[in-house]
Amino acid sequence: MRVPVSWLRDHVELPADLSAEALADRLTAFDLKLEEIVSSGVSGPLVVGRVLALVKEPQKNGKTINWCRVDVGERNDPSVPDAPGDDVPSRGIVCGAHNFVEGDLVVVSLPGTVLPEVGFEISARKTYGHVSDGMICSTAELGLSADAFPGSEDGIIVLPADAAAPGADAIALLGLDQVVLDLEVNPDRAYALSMRGVARDAGIALGVAFHDPADVDAVEVATDGPGAYPVVVDDPAACPVFAALTVEGIDPTATTPAWMARRIELAGMRSISLAVDVTNYVMLELGFPIHGYDRALLRGPLRVRRATEGEQLTTLDGTVRTLTAEDAVVCDDRGPVGLGGVMGGEEVEMSATTTDVVIEVAYWDPPMIARTARLQKVSSEAGKRNERGVDPTLPARVARRVADLLVEHGGGTLLPGLTLIGEPPVLGAVTLDAGLPARITGVDIDTPTAVAALEANGCTVEVAGDRLTVQPPPWRPDLTDPYDIVEEVLRVVGYDQVPSILPTAPAGRGLTRAQQLRRRAGRVLAGDGLVEVKTFPFAGPADLDRLGLPADDPRRDLVLLANPLSTEEPGLTTTLLTGLLRAAELNVGRGHTDAAIVELARVFRPAERPEAPIYGVDRRPTVDELAALDAALPEQPHHVALVMTGRRELADWSGPGRAATWADALEIVRHLATELHVTLEVEAASVAPWHPGRCAAMLLDGTVVGHAGELHPKVVEAYGLPPRAVAAEVDLDALIAASPPVGPRPEFSTFPVAKEDLALVVADDVPAARVAEAIATADPIIESVRLFDVYTGDQVAEGHRSLAFALRLRAPDRTLTEDDIRTAREAAVAAAGARCGAQLR
Amino acid sequence: MSAPNSDYDPVEVTPLHPDEIARMRDEALAAVAAADSVAALKQVRIDHAGDRSPLALANREIGALPPQARKEAGQRVGQARGAVTQALAARTAEVESAELERALEAEKVDVTLPTDGRRPGARHPVTTISEHVADIFVAMGWEVAEGPEVEAEWLNFDALNLGPDHPARTMQDTFWVSPEQAATVLRTHTSPVQARTMLTRKPPIYVVCPGRVFRTDELDATHSPVFHQVEGLAIDEGLSMAHLKGTLDHFAQAIYGDGMTTRFRPSYFPFTEPSAEMDLLCYVCHNEPADVASCRTCKGEGWVEWGGCGVVNPRVLTACGVDPERYSGFAFGIGLDRTITGRYDIADLRDLFDGDVRFTEPFGVEL
Ligand SMILES: [Zn+2]
Repeated sequence: MRVPVSWLRDHVELPADLSAEALADRLTAFDLKLEEIVSSGVSGPLVVGRVLALVKEPQKNGKTINWCRVDVGERNDPSVPDAPGDDVPSRGIVCGAHNFVEGDLVVVSLPGTVLPEVGFEISARKTYGHVSDGMICSTAELGLSADAFPGSEDGIIVLPADAAAPGADAIALLGLDQVVLDLEVNPDRAYALSMRGVARDAGIALGVAFHDPADVDAVEVATDGPGAYPVVVDDPAACPVFAALTVEGIDPTATTPAWMARRIELAGMRSISLAVDVTNYVMLELGFPIHGYDRALLRGPLRVRRATEGEQLTTLDGTVRTLTAEDAVVCDDRGPVGLGGVMGGEEVEMSATTTDVVIEVAYWDPPMIARTARLQKVSSEAGKRNERGVDPTLPARVARRVADLLVEHGGGTLLPGLTLIGEPPVLGAVTLDAGLPARITGVDIDTPTAVAALEANGCTVEVAGDRLTVQPPPWRPDLTDPYDIVEEVLRVVGYDQVPSILPTAPAGRGLTRAQQLRRRAGRVLAGDGLVEVKTFPFAGPADLDRLGLPADDPRRDLVLLANPLSTEEPGLTTTLLTGLLRAAELNVGRGHTDAAIVELARVFRPAERPEAPIYGVDRRPTVDELAALDAALPEQPHHVALVMTGRRELADWSGPGRAATWADALEIVRHLATELHVTLEVEAASVAPWHPGRCAAMLLDGTVVGHAGELHPKVVEAYGLPPRAVAAEVDLDALIAASPPVGPRPEFSTFPVAKEDLALVVADDVPAARVAEAIATADPIIESVRLFDVYTGDQVAEGHRSLAFALRLRAPDRTLTEDDIRTAREAAVAAAGARCGAQLR
Repeated sequence: MSAPNSDYDPVEVTPLHPDEIARMRDEALAAVAAADSVAALKQVRIDHAGDRSPLALANREIGALPPQARKEAGQRVGQARGAVTQALAARTAEVESAELERALEAEKVDVTLPTDGRRPGARHPVTTISEHVADIFVAMGWEVAEGPEVEAEWLNFDALNLGPDHPARTMQDTFWVSPEQAATVLRTHTSPVQARTMLTRKPPIYVVCPGRVFRTDELDATHSPVFHQVEGLAIDEGLSMAHLKGTLDHFAQAIYGDGMTTRFRPSYFPFTEPSAEMDLLCYVCHNEPADVASCRTCKGEGWVEWGGCGVVNPRVLTACGVDPERYSGFAFGIGLDRTITGRYDIADLRDLFDGDVRFTEPFGVEL
């Protein structure tokens, strides 16, 4: 809400020396938060001038300039410069515009004027062979809208002939000295979308007198007469109050007075025509939206009803709207001519030929307006006020104020007769414990203080024992609950009065196990050299194509958004690799080819799910009702994913470094699992986006919880990564769920160890892990098995390889004998032979 | 030499003559002192302390002496041999030490060679600040609550006093899950976690809820469709705005140090009443008259915007099954991303989300 301070001063007795900053501070403390203080920044000798003479001088560049003599009154240069015409005191000014003639009043910036829009201080300068002693200004150079100065669009400002005498200060004349407070108005303070409301709050905040601009005598017009336009309200719930007045015979050429146009512009709206400007001006002044109809275009009586489903209306903004039964419309005999409380229709709009105006001032049901604004996706000054709730007692007075201004400035006649249908709804009184303000705010607020604060805001308060009954004023529909009353009291007492007391919470139990383990995972991964990134979870088919996911891959099934920011990314990702690979691409693109990145975040898995129910808010939903809410949500497990490109160890004096390989990706996931005391099994897998021969599935009790390995070369190419980039993704929630509450008990024997090596030949397609497992479980004294060599070549058969294992043998209760060792060794060979077809080499 | 004589004088056995023993000892000590390597010392040990060394041979002669002379001779020889052994040990230690020193000197390396072939990892500052905030509250006995990111409309809005036609809903710029009648959204704040907490726990409740939230803002230097919040909620008997202020002041001090404080300005949130914007004393200039005017962080205000807060609206308590007659509470929320960009003077919010490792690396593992 843009509030010109001078306008505010019409309604509240602000101290003359009060600065805009000090006023804004007080209003901010009153919940009218300052966004910014707007001022023109124009300073210096900007004056009114009369063009005494002008000589048109064609130039070589094809332009014609005007060499003018301008009378600027007491600011004329006594030395009489080299200007055309008689030797009258004046100034010589060169001007390139052509929309003015001798005798016109113009705006002159003399040397020393500062115009922020121009960007430099005006000075006398030599141009086109003359010394130009200033500049004749256009609206753009002054930061003004051309709307307020007809004919100025392609030239300079020509002031009305009676605007002021030459030499008069133009800064004040044009309102360039105006300071505007741009205030943020919260949705509960509809009243503050008006000078009336802001002025009232300023009065309370500063303790000065407020004069209510709506406090004019109510309409003295009888409810019958030719001006009472016939109106039928079919749906009083939608439109509880409807008032109308008629003004006839307005001069369609009458223009908006400059002060009014200027105020409308300062308040952030455009000046359009007298009739429109008057309705906007009164809306800004009193906060009540007004709609004016061109009476000549109306056919028959006005009727307020709900729209029928599918009914169409073209609104003022040129949009053809298809209405629903939720919307209220104002109709005449042809059908809807306005979207009630939100926007008028195009067909009956006031125009440059309008002479007779029907002024509609109606109070609409706020929730209905909010629904219409939302469903029709329309935002208007009227809708913004009506949906928040305006003062329903005002319509007749607002209509009268509009009529009076139209008559005053447009020369029309207010016809006798007022249409007034309905009664303003009365706001409910709020009863509260007199101690509540103190209890809720922690500030020592006694009853007289609370009552005074509320009365200042226009409430009436009854005190009965320890109960307060508060009747809010009609412009405060937001005051419905005892806590609303508390806030209103605290606003006056001052938020800065709230003391600081640290409450004592009961002893807590710290982080949950899952929270601790997620932190642990983050630290372990960082310890493994990975840099955490945060990417957006949005993805689309193009991302999934780049990953090479086949058509039937379940990860292609995204939770879709109704209103995604980009049509390229219409859904929520099922894999963190969509974001991570883009981040890898960015790092590589920025020359950081050796990057190891990781993300811990949720992914989203859709499923056929019921719609989420919407419950009332007057009670807690039942356990079953709560379960129904959760049942409507997709699964959202935390995943961990990583991508490594280029080298894991950099080349340096000690060697050529080492590229990150599929094994590193696996190792990091395994290390993570180990830190969570979870053992993962590994199986060969062939899953996008991994290399089909270099991808491991990681399993937990037979269920796949993730994959790791080298990326498919096509994926590497699609993201422009260095060859053989690697990646992994694992379901962190699954690992955490499997993590035992207590880690394994340490078990070790203090008897001597025996070491045995075993070389076995197996077929190429036998996984080494299976052989190792066969050996490890062959005899209880086999403490550990470690693969230390893999050999293929002349000494083993084609299609086979030799795996060499180092075994450590130890018994928990005795020193091993030669027999023990031989038995274990034979058992290992036998088990590997039986389960994996292994032969002792 | 005369004929055999019954008056044979044993003192006359030459190798045991004191002068002779002294000579043998001095000779040995000189050899020890002259040895300058472990090898040379080994030879000296054989020559002067071995079985066939002069002193060892002399020792054997003692048996030939009459009993009354043996003791003295034995002592004399023993002392000489002891002196030699001691000198040998001392010299050996000396020589070995010198040799080790030479060997170590020879093995000297250039310790300024790079040893950073494997880069350290790092955690995202939004993660670590979020943990830091949680720790501050956990230290006060609060707990950390969490909830889903795709959330039921009722929990994101209705339960928080944001009815379907509430004007504030349009302020929220919500991502809706398709189709819209599914009534699920990307949560626009972490407040539904507060609702879930009240719905599933009995007061007293003291929780913080950090998390990722979503609004339909296009990404630019100061806006992001995905950002991070931490909210706090306390529900207990007798809680007031003063307790809210006390909690926030403590929070500010825990993060920014002693002397920090907050201030309230009135504001509007549907889920709190009274509601306030909270400002944090500028953590750079502390609103000190000498520094505030030129302070870039607060732009001369002395305070920086930190978040929103208020007393929980009793309507929210009712919808979540908490008796508003018995309990009251407060809630607050701050933006974690803004806390990071403000504290580290990061001009462009996009740096937090584009994944450049050079952004995250300097933050290390903890803030
Ligand atoms: Zn500062």
